[in-house]
Amino acid sequence: MNIATAPAKTAKTAKDYASDQEVRWCPGCGDYAILKAVQKTLADLEADTAKTVFISGIGCAARFPYYLSTYGFHTIHGRAPAIATGVKLTNPELDVWVVSGDGDSLSIGGNHLLHVLRRNVDLQLLLFNNEIYGLTKGQYSPTSRVGTRSPSTPGGSLDTPVSAGSFALGAGARFFARSVDTLQKHLPEVLKRARAHRGASLVEIFQNCLVYNDNAFGDFTDRAVAADAQIHLEHGKPMLFGKEGNRGLRLKPGRLALEAVTLGEDGIGEADILVHDETDRAMAGLLAAMQPPHLPVALGVLFCDPAPSSYEASVVEEVKAVHRARPASLADLLHKGHTWTVG
Amino acid sequence: MEGSTALKAEPSGRRVLESAVVRFAGDSGDGMQLTGSQFTLSTALAGNDLATFPDFPAEIRAPVGTTFGVSAFQINFGARLIKTSGDALDVLVAMNPAALKVDLPDLMPGGLLILDSGAFSERNLTKAGYAADPRKDGSLETYRVVEVDMSQMTLDAVKDSGLSKKEALRCKNMWALGLVYWMFGRKRKATQDWLQTKFAKRPELAEANIAALNAGHAFGETAEMGEDLAAFEVPEAKIAPGLYRNITGAEALSWGLVAGAEAAALKLVFCSYPITPASSLLHSLAGLKDMGVVTFQAEDEIAAVCAAIGASYAGGIGVTSSSGPGVALKTEALGLAISAELPLVVVNSQRAGPSTGMPTKTEQSDLYQSVFGRNGDSPLVVLAARSPADCFEVAIEAVRIATHYMTPVILLSDGYIANAAEPWAIPDAETLPRFPVAFEREPEGFHPFKRDPETLARTWAVPGTPDLEHRIGGIEKASDSGNISYDALNHQRMTDLRRDKVLRVAEDVPEQRLEQGGPDEELVVVGWGSTYGPISRAVDNLRNEGLSVAHLHLRHIWPLPRNLGGLLGGFEQILVPEMNDGQLVTLLRSEFLVPAESLSKVTGKPFKIVEIEAAVRARLEA
Repeated sequence: MNIATAPAKTAKTAKDYASDQEVRWCPGCGDYAILKAVQKTLADLEADTAKTVFISGIGCAARFPYYLSTYGFHTIHGRAPAIATGVKLTNPELDVWVVSGDGDSLSIGGNHLLHVLRRNVDLQLLLFNNEIYGLTKGQYSPTSRVGTRSPSTPGGSLDTPVSAGSFALGAGARFFARSVDTLQKHLPEVLKRARAHRGASLVEIFQNCLVYNDNAFGDFTDRAVAADAQIHLEHGKPMLFGKEGNRGLRLKPGRLALEAVTLGEDGIGEADILVHDETDRAMAGLLAAMQPPHLPVALGVLFCDPAPSSYEASVVEEVKAVHRARPASLADLLHKGHTWTVG
Repeated sequence: MEGSTALKAEPSGRRVLESAVVRFAGDSGDGMQLTGSQFTLSTALAGNDLATFPDFPAEIRAPVGTTFGVSAFQINFGARLIKTSGDALDVLVAMNPAALKVDLPDLMPGGLLILDSGAFSERNLTKAGYAADPRKDGSLETYRVVEVDMSQMTLDAVKDSGLSKKEALRCKNMWALGLVYWMFGRKRKATQDWLQTKFAKRPELAEANIAALNAGHAFGETAEMGEDLAAFEVPEAKIAPGLYRNITGAEALSWGLVAGAEAAALKLVFCSYPITPASSLLHSLAGLKDMGVVTFQAEDEIAAVCAAIGASYAGGIGVTSSSGPGVALKTEALGLAISAELPLVVVNSQRAGPSTGMPTKTEQSDLYQSVFGRNGDSPLVVLAARSPADCFEVAIEAVRIATHYMTPVILLSDGYIANAAEPWAIPDAETLPRFPVAFEREPEGFHPFKRDPETLARTWAVPGTPDLEHRIGGIEKASDSGNISYDALNHQRMTDLRRDKVLRVAEDVPEQRLEQGGPDEELVVVGWGSTYGPISRAVDNLRNEGLSVAHLHLRHIWPLPRNLGGLLGGFEQILVPEMNDGQLVTLLRSEFLVPAESLSKVTGKPFKIVEIEAAVRARLEA
């Protein structure tokens, strides 16, 4: 029988978002897991590959666009946010993702990250933080902890690292979230939240560099400690964590600082535990700064407070409004102001 | 030389001049730029051809009365075609001692010097650095000096306006303008109308300024100043019939970019970071939202060029603009646009360098930077505009080449062109070139580096197009698939392709012609950019004297026109005047092995006609 039927709507799979290129990261690199999570996210969202663009700078992470079946632009070191801004200003309909690392985003491209966040361009910015320079073979990075021994800091690094979260919130970002490469259930959900946010969404993904900085995040990602060293935030839910789910966060009495407490100890009850309000910028700052061993690392959406409009939408709207109010032709332009006739 | 010579006395009592050069000079707060632009307008309306040159200080508010706070506006106008803003001044209006000190050296011997004596106080003389009053020590003896207490006469003229003394004194530029209007028989109506509009919200200011303008005019008519302050007439120039307007380089460039984008049927996305003297382009385009133009003030020069590249990647025409130091910062991104083969227009309004150099002073010393200044073998197209009005055509050409060849194009302007103004025959928008871009839509056999066999341009598939999803970048890619490739022969092939593609532009532009003279002259003067005016006038003058000299002016700096080598090879002598230390001359020598000689000037000021004449004479009469 040759009866035309509407093609059955087949659910997309992660494979639909893989390109034909062989993936070339070091075996065991955290980037593989992130790639898998992103492909799964795109499949879950049934993203249109023709309208999706991945833009990267330079670094190991920057190879990312080659492995996706969407449009991709592998640009220059640190500048992907600026290029992405130009793309959105020209075609706001495109769904644009920026992929970068800690050096790309917070060192050479720090200025662009600052401005893309405060301008609130509607982009998803994925920051793969492995606290090391991988592609250039192991130098310390702007997120490396003090004392990091590397080829360029044989005696240990001396300078204070930058926190992506504190930086983003200080820059006026309206969305900041975190996840870990290996959290294959958590990461896609965080990425979907970033995509849903209309504006600049920064997602810091802790990514393990097996070769140059293995287990840099072991203090909160190792199976043995993860439950006690991570807190998975959910808007409107009490900020509880721990193996037994009986630890929580509260403000230290009389101070603007968080402390971890245990339910049932020292008269602490569920009512004493803070409820996560992702629109609270000041609280997001405290959450972003939490570090083991005294406090868990905050994962999930730390902050989400959408603006009425994203930057490129406002720009395009302004141009349209002026054009609607007084549409001009090239001839109008050439003739405006004083003119005179000769002959 | 360009400038005036009194021809004969007319029955009207006005002496007829073929042309005249007038400069208004005063403190930056004296409104000299407005005065100059009003004089320009009335002169254009009177039918003269003209060229102007504003010269203002780098400081935003330099201390009042100091030499570094002097702002000046020069205009050359005439009954013949005017090609420069003039070598030497026929008339200098100096509003204070500092202006006299700075600008007097440019006044020709016997020239007319009009001074506001009311501003020649002991204090102002000291601030200008005069040990003695120049009016009294004989140093002005070679000029015809007219001293008028413009300050007091302005106060008298506006005394009923109710303005404070400070506000009233601000009208003295209009008093001076009124006097000069009388001298050259100009009508005041256009300026009166302009003042009414400008001060619509403060009618008392409009009235006061108009009163000052009229008082200056009346002073000329009634004061018996004899020969010193004569009335002149500059007859109408023989200008081709048409509709005209005045236009600055920045305006012409911005409108040319709009016209180019429209011709290509692309959205114009202009991304820039403020820098002197290029910012006027950003300002001009930011005001053209009614034309659908998107402007973006980026966080730095690098972000500006990168956003422009993003715009082109997304299917618009990305344009960025800067001056030399800013273009230096954009260099790496230019390499990306070359490697990814994306259209891009980069406007460089050149200024004196290196480093910060002299931001408000003109130079054309970024030719090496444009042609050579990138890592790797990285060819792109370089064009140069010769005058404010020429910017319009060159901007359209830049968009055409960028989109037709999928290449960055650097458009060289300079501080002089950006700020100077000249009359422009308004083109018919209907007859402008059209070159609509056809984006790739065909999935069959598609890969992002598939090329047009004729132009070698790669195909342009923009994000959003179904079934053409692809990845590009600055990393070397295989010529037959666009995938990453480190293959040795492939890199050779891609390097050759990038070079050949840019060279093919030369097949697509008109052959180089001579502006004046023929291929058999003894000497050719080769210029590019804003030296057009002085070279053109100098060669014209020398040819009138019977010297065997030609003028060739380049718009296409890279690739050079296909017939240029043959053309230059026919001349015994080649002289290349440039406002740099000899950059085009090096390019010509290395490309064509011709004995081109440099005539270099890097004073921050345009060439004078006499300087070029002298250099040619020295060679032909040797």
